[in-house]
Amino acid sequence: MLYFIEQFLNGVQLGMLLFLLAAGLTLIFGIMDLVNLAHGSLYMLGAYFAATFAAFTGSFVLGAALALAATFVCGVALEIIAIRPLYGRNHLDHVLGTFGLLLFFNELVRLIWGPAGMTLSLPGEMLTAVQILPHVYYPAYRLVIIAATLVVAALLYIVVMRTRLGMLIRAGASNREMVGALGVNIKLLYTLVFGLGAALAGFAGLMQAPILTVQIGMGENILILAFVVIIIGGIGSIRGAFVAAIIVGLIDTVGRAFLPDLLRAALSTNAALTLAPALSSMLIYMLMAGILVFRPEGLFPAASR
Amino acid sequence: MIRPLIAGTAALALLAASGMAASAQQKTVKIGFISTFSGPAAAIGNDMRNSFELGLDHLNRKIGGLPVEVIYEDDEIKPEVGVQKTQKLIESDHVDFIVGYIWSNVILAALKPLTDSKTMTVVTNAGASQLAGELCSPYVFSTSWQNDQTPAAVGRYMNDKGVKTAFLIGPNYAAGKDMLAGVQTTFKGRIVGQELTRWPDQLDFSAELSKARSLNPDAIFAFYPGGAGVQFVTQYAQSGLKGQIPLYTAFTIDELSLPRLKDLAIGIPGAQEWVNDLPNDTNKKFVADYKAKYKTSPSFYGAQTYDAVNLIDSAVKAVNGDLANKDGMRKEMEKADFKSVRGGFRFGNNHIPIQNFYLQDAVKTADGNYALKTVSLIVKDDQDRFHDKCPMK
Repeated sequence: MLYFIEQFLNGVQLGMLLFLLAAGLTLIFGIMDLVNLAHGSLYMLGAYFAATFAAFTGSFVLGAALALAATFVCGVALEIIAIRPLYGRNHLDHVLGTFGLLLFFNELVRLIWGPAGMTLSLPGEMLTAVQILPHVYYPAYRLVIIAATLVVAALLYIVVMRTRLGMLIRAGASNREMVGALGVNIKLLYTLVFGLGAALAGFAGLMQAPILTVQIGMGENILILAFVVIIIGGIGSIRGAFVAAIIVGLIDTVGRAFLPDLLRAALSTNAALTLAPALSSMLIYMLMAGILVFRPEGLFPAASR
Repeated sequence: MIRPLIAGTAALALLAASGMAASAQQKTVKIGFISTFSGPAAAIGNDMRNSFELGLDHLNRKIGGLPVEVIYEDDEIKPEVGVQKTQKLIESDHVDFIVGYIWSNVILAALKPLTDSKTMTVVTNAGASQLAGELCSPYVFSTSWQNDQTPAAVGRYMNDKGVKTAFLIGPNYAAGKDMLAGVQTTFKGRIVGQELTRWPDQLDFSAELSKARSLNPDAIFAFYPGGAGVQFVTQYAQSGLKGQIPLYTAFTIDELSLPRLKDLAIGIPGAQEWVNDLPNDTNKKFVADYKAKYKTSPSFYGAQTYDAVNLIDSAVKAVNGDLANKDGMRKEMEKADFKSVRGGFRFGNNHIPIQNFYLQDAVKTADGNYALKTVSLIVKDDQDRFHDKCPMK
């Protein structure tokens, strides 16, 4: 039972990271109707900025704050320079254009930071496990990730649902021309949304940097998972992204934690060892396939957003 | 007006063509080099390329007295790309030697075109068990090891340290499976659990570390090459396990990961057949010149690749540059008659080195940097356990 709680937290923590990435992706896709494969590049930039600034300032928190601002600026610049010409064209053009950007950013990072990857070190007091329940220990930094993401999710919800900016964003999503005709600067609005999405991706990148990695192409595998999350959650829905991210995180972790032992009961040790990782990585795609068959609009279709 | 321009261009073209013809007539040793030069593992590929280039520099850019042409190809860590690049080197570049291969699954995929074409091959890292056993070939040599040997050395050390129960973890591909099997050949205690994780895309090991914590073994053994090693050791430290369950590693902490791991790597033991401070003259020269040229320390990947240059040089010298005499070159290479950075080794019947394995530890140096150092000899003249399965005698 205690072991199960620990694995449950692991799943939630992975879900939180996926949410940060998926929220930006779903905002951009749902509101601007743009398929953005370069979202993973912004995630990568967030991590590289954080590692660089943290090394420069000597403070993790300060480095993270600077990195967040830098990723936002990068996002805004990217939107103005490269993304604007893509609006109104079909999705295949988006895929082609943003895939080009992905390659561009990978090469740019190699030129600036070199191929070896970087390290974002945590302050020493984060390198421990804290006792959350009797006999249940959990890595302190992973708890920080969960808490920080919950705060961001709450802020995002308030901005989108309770502020004038959020109202304009939602209006822009349902009818772009009408919002423009009413005198709202839709261009600026889109730039802001893209910058916000970039900052969310950057935040995900810098939060995961101390546990996972800061290296070239780090955003590509996790971006696939983020796409799965927004398909399961319903495209354009932040609430859907949140729920789906936790579901995907839990399924992935629970699969990795328990599937090998279950298979071992039925198969030889070696066969189970080899089969389990393959099967557990398939679970989330099976879920996605199921969702596409039975609820093609996702769990929280955009209409109920 | 335009005519002289055309004539001039034609002349230039002729000049270029004749120049090419001249260089084609002069005999060169063509070497194809397969490694990973893109993605995060490019750090490994670069270290291998740097060492290979340094080896050529030390021979005045000549192999057996002949000029050298090296064609570098990127396998992208993918077996299917590795095969394709291997075929390209054999069929369209007509190389005399192929060198490299980091990944066991890539060399296994590329092995058939190599052996079918009887291309002289020097594998400088990947040590798949099949390569040492039933798939061994007269034309394929290794300057590294068979995968089981290094973890087997770690297993011996774990016995010495009185470890009674262990949890094993590694990535789910050919080498990962060999490594976990390798520890179990020597480790006398009980294995309480073992996990293979998704490769190469799984970077989060929280579920597996939680499992290790709940099983509470005396020790954890891990094999995570390249960037994954940084992630595994970092997460191990963050999970608070470092003070509770000691970690033993193979190919996880090296000169490439150490600058990123820093203090987190201190006190985590590993085994290796080469350490940068081995006290022989060839090694001292290699390490010193590498540091001078590239401003960083070479890793074992590089050391094994540096040996490949000298192994090939010895073969081409023995046949007086007659690159068609493959049997002559093979017979010379089997003698391993060159100065190795690990202080000499011999080849087994399967062309895998019979060599020493050392215990290495990560330490902080006086100038505040981090380095690996040899602690002791774990096993002397170790031969892999698959050589009996190799039909070559």
